[in-house]
Amino acid sequence: MSSTSSRSERLRGLTLVVAAALLAVAAGLAAWWVQLSRGLGITGLSRDVSWGLYVSQFTFFVGVAASAVMVAVPYYLHNFKAFGRLMVFGEVLAIAALVMAGLFIVVDLGQPGRVLNVLLYPSPRSLMFWDMVSLGGYLAISLVLAATALLTEKRNLPAQNWVRPLAYLSIPWAVSIHTVTAFLYAGLPGRPFWETAVLAPRFLASAFASGPSLLLLIVLVTKDKPGFDTRPEAVRTLTSIIRYALAINLFLLGVEAFTALYSQLPGEMEAWRMAFLDPRVGVGLWMWVSTTFNLIAFGALFVPAVRDQRRYLAFAAAMVVVAIWMEKGLGFIVAGFEPSPLGYVTRYLPTFLESTIVLGVWGVGVLILIVGLRLASTVRTA
Amino acid sequence: MSCSRRTFLAGMSAIACAGSLPRLCAQSAENPRRLALVIDLARCRQARTGCDLCRQACHSAHNVPSIPDRAHEIKWIWDEEFKRVFPEEVRPGLPPEVAASSVPVLCNHCDNPPCVRVCPTGATFVQPNGIVAMDEHRCIGCRYCMSACPYGSRSFNYVDPRPFLRATNADYPTRAKGVVEKCTFCEERLASGKRPACVEACPVQAMTFGDIRDPAIQARLASTRILRRRPELGTSPYVFYIL
Repeated sequence: MSSTSSRSERLRGLTLVVAAALLAVAAGLAAWWVQLSRGLGITGLSRDVSWGLYVSQFTFFVGVAASAVMVAVPYYLHNFKAFGRLMVFGEVLAIAALVMAGLFIVVDLGQPGRVLNVLLYPSPRSLMFWDMVSLGGYLAISLVLAATALLTEKRNLPAQNWVRPLAYLSIPWAVSIHTVTAFLYAGLPGRPFWETAVLAPRFLASAFASGPSLLLLIVLVTKDKPGFDTRPEAVRTLTSIIRYALAINLFLLGVEAFTALYSQLPGEMEAWRMAFLDPRVGVGLWMWVSTTFNLIAFGALFVPAVRDQRRYLAFAAAMVVVAIWMEKGLGFIVAGFEPSPLGYVTRYLPTFLESTIVLGVWGVGVLILIVGLRLASTVRTA
Repeated sequence: MSCSRRTFLAGMSAIACAGSLPRLCAQSAENPRRLALVIDLARCRQARTGCDLCRQACHSAHNVPSIPDRAHEIKWIWDEEFKRVFPEEVRPGLPPEVAASSVPVLCNHCDNPPCVRVCPTGATFVQPNGIVAMDEHRCIGCRYCMSACPYGSRSFNYVDPRPFLRATNADYPTRAKGVVEKCTFCEERLASGKRPACVEACPVQAMTFGDIRDPAIQARLASTRILRRRPELGTSPYVFYIL
């Protein structure tokens, strides 16, 4: 085995990914320019379904960012050393997800040039104000933690004393970002699909399944690369975390479904019927596929052969990411608007331009992820 | 006593979100006027079918565009089927002329408006006279108010509205794309002593507008057949309907 040829192959693969990401960013910028000049009418949004792909993707990526806590808790609170090398990955993933979440809000605004009004006229009664505070703060904390983790690895020194309290602070802060994001929806009167006290717990449970699954995928993909030698017990523990989080998420989904369907309150019943059954809404199949994927992945992770085989494990993790991306990243938000306050059902279908903008934001995320992981790899192999 | 409950609720929400206390207290202080609209549906039904004069008057006075694409519509006041506006009133034995009637709907200028609560910039706010107002120059177009309004009373300018104006009223501003707008209870007409455009345009005088303590409003509200849209949500609408 020649190390130079495998190295050049690796570089070629990386160059391809970077080129694709840059292309996506360029296409996204062009599509956004069209949206800026023509208005949000170029999207599939409407008077009745006024939030769609942008806000849904925002919700999903806030969850990914929050899930870094699933690495921080075992490492900092239980002294689980095997997660040491994962900490940087977790922080880099969180940073990429937070930047993406912020961009998804910017592209959703009708007047993005006025975004600073949120700071000029702070309105603490609005959950959006608190979302800004919690996401901004978490981004700052994650940047500091990632930078100090890299520096301590580089100088081969123990972590500085002031980093530890910040790492502890990052734990409740991570929980807060997805809680506040759930409150954005759960606090609205007259939207029965969203108005449930288990929404924030369910958001957290689904995030703690999808985020670590994404991390697991990164670990499995980069396993043989220099500087990425993740210990097997780290992979095992990550898998356990995903299983527990999936179990809680599925349980909470069942609890919600029972409460809505057994009480037979018309608003609740109608909301669930819209989300899963009504063909006019158009997300029914989407929601069923998402739920089925969740169930299959949950079952599969109990099979030892799946857990021990890198390929099967990666497949199960990918299923979890896709399932939760389908639910949080589109179905859940769109279904909440159906039916409209006046009982109309309006189909929402993302347009080509809208999807291109979303791809562009993903491109930014991928680039941040690659830069962060390369930095970590360079520091470790130096 | 009602004030103590209000103070308690204000205190609770102040814990949840600092800064809400001053505005709630300001609202509970004595105000000279609290504007309300009473719509007599029995009279409205006497107008010819398809009567749409209130909407026409409003929309031409306020430069509301006629956008053919239903997804991008702007609406301040418009007609809806009775069963859509008051689904909880639909029951066996409901007189067919009521069941088949249409009901004018508009912003309810709620006492406790969720749209104002959620706005991240204060672009929509409650005026001392109860009008839920809108500053389209401060609005960032996040549409959180549209998700929060349980009546579907708010519209977003998905496209530039100006090409869709048949005629422009030079005395009222037009809007840009990317902002939310809605009924303002005609505050610009009130300022010059006029009644709201919809009230004035109604051929059967189905609408009564004024301060909640005006004798004309009080007389109408004494009816036992008063409906408000979705009272269970606690928004306390100030548009009243007489069944």
